[in-house]
Amino acid sequence: MREHTVLRVITKLLIAPIIIFALYVQFHGDYSPGGGFQAGVVFAAAIILYALIFGLAEARRAVSPDVLRITAALGVLLFAGTGVYAMLEGGNFLDYDYLAHDAIHGQQYGLLLVEFGVGLTVVSTITSIFYVFAGRGRRTNEHET
Amino acid sequence: MTTDIVLNIVLLSLMAITGLAIARLRNLFPVAMLTGLYSLLSASLFTLLDAVDVALTEAAVGAGVTTVLFLATFGLTRAREKPVARSRTVIGLVVTVLTGAALFYASLDMPHFGDRNTPVQDHPLRERYLSTVNEEIDVPNTVTAVLGSYRGYDTLGEVTVILTAGIGVLMLLGVAWRRPDKRKESDR
Repeated sequence: MREHTVLRVITKLLIAPIIIFALYVQFHGDYSPGGGFQAGVVFAAAIILYALIFGLAEARRAVSPDVLRITAALGVLLFAGTGVYAMLEGGNFLDYDYLAHDAIHGQQYGLLLVEFGVGLTVVSTITSIFYVFAGRGRRTNEHET
Repeated sequence: MTTDIVLNIVLLSLMAITGLAIARLRNLFPVAMLTGLYSLLSASLFTLLDAVDVALTEAAVGAGVTTVLFLATFGLTRAREKPVARSRTVIGLVVTVLTGAALFYASLDMPHFGDRNTPVQDHPLRERYLSTVNEEIDVPNTVTAVLGSYRGYDTLGEVTVILTAGIGVLMLLGVAWRRPDKRKESDR
């Protein structure tokens, strides 16, 4: 798709707003619809759009598959780690009341961290799956229409 | 209210038309596009039903990512459906009609559209969540509070499922990217 100037220009214009919208959905999820999963999916869609227009190699250079594997696990680790930290502070597993001095603040910090973990895992997993599917050798099927 | 009903009917008819078109087409590239369209229509339907979280997910996953994955898969397999013998399509039709009839019969047990006497509206747990969320968590979006805090275990399980699914796909298909140069030579 390198030769399609219109697509390239429009994509360049679109990717930044898509990513900002994903971050908004991620960190504003306490106040408006959305949360980690939705944000992760929208973010992954931005990366996939980039890969479609500018090529897989370019996208892999921008967002490395090796990093994605680590961040996919890191997201779950952050989620579970928040739960374990609450245990260390004297509560039950995933009881965010104990994350801060004030129970309500603790809950809000907990939600923020946990949603971030969800988003991290979702964006990494979906992008990795796309990389794997798109990266398999493409056979040219000449008998296809 | 009436505009809602009109929009619902229009969206549902468009979805039905899209479904019929998908069933009739043999070339799978347009089918991938039409499934994307189908997802976009259902995302609009979810927005109408005030389920914006679901609509966001459906629009991004269904219309975006899945369509791209379909297209990437066509690069590996064929993009044209093989013609099937008529006797087998008859069996398929019978199974589909029976399943559809069973689902339709089951849907008669569901509460009516917009009914206010459903468990969702009546159950004491609803009152518990909606009244105490302000004192306990104090975030305006109750969905986030329920998913992240009250049902934190479930969400942790879901994220683990996503990670596991990703690991599964990487283990099955991801071996190739360790040696991308070698593969390219053997493939092209």
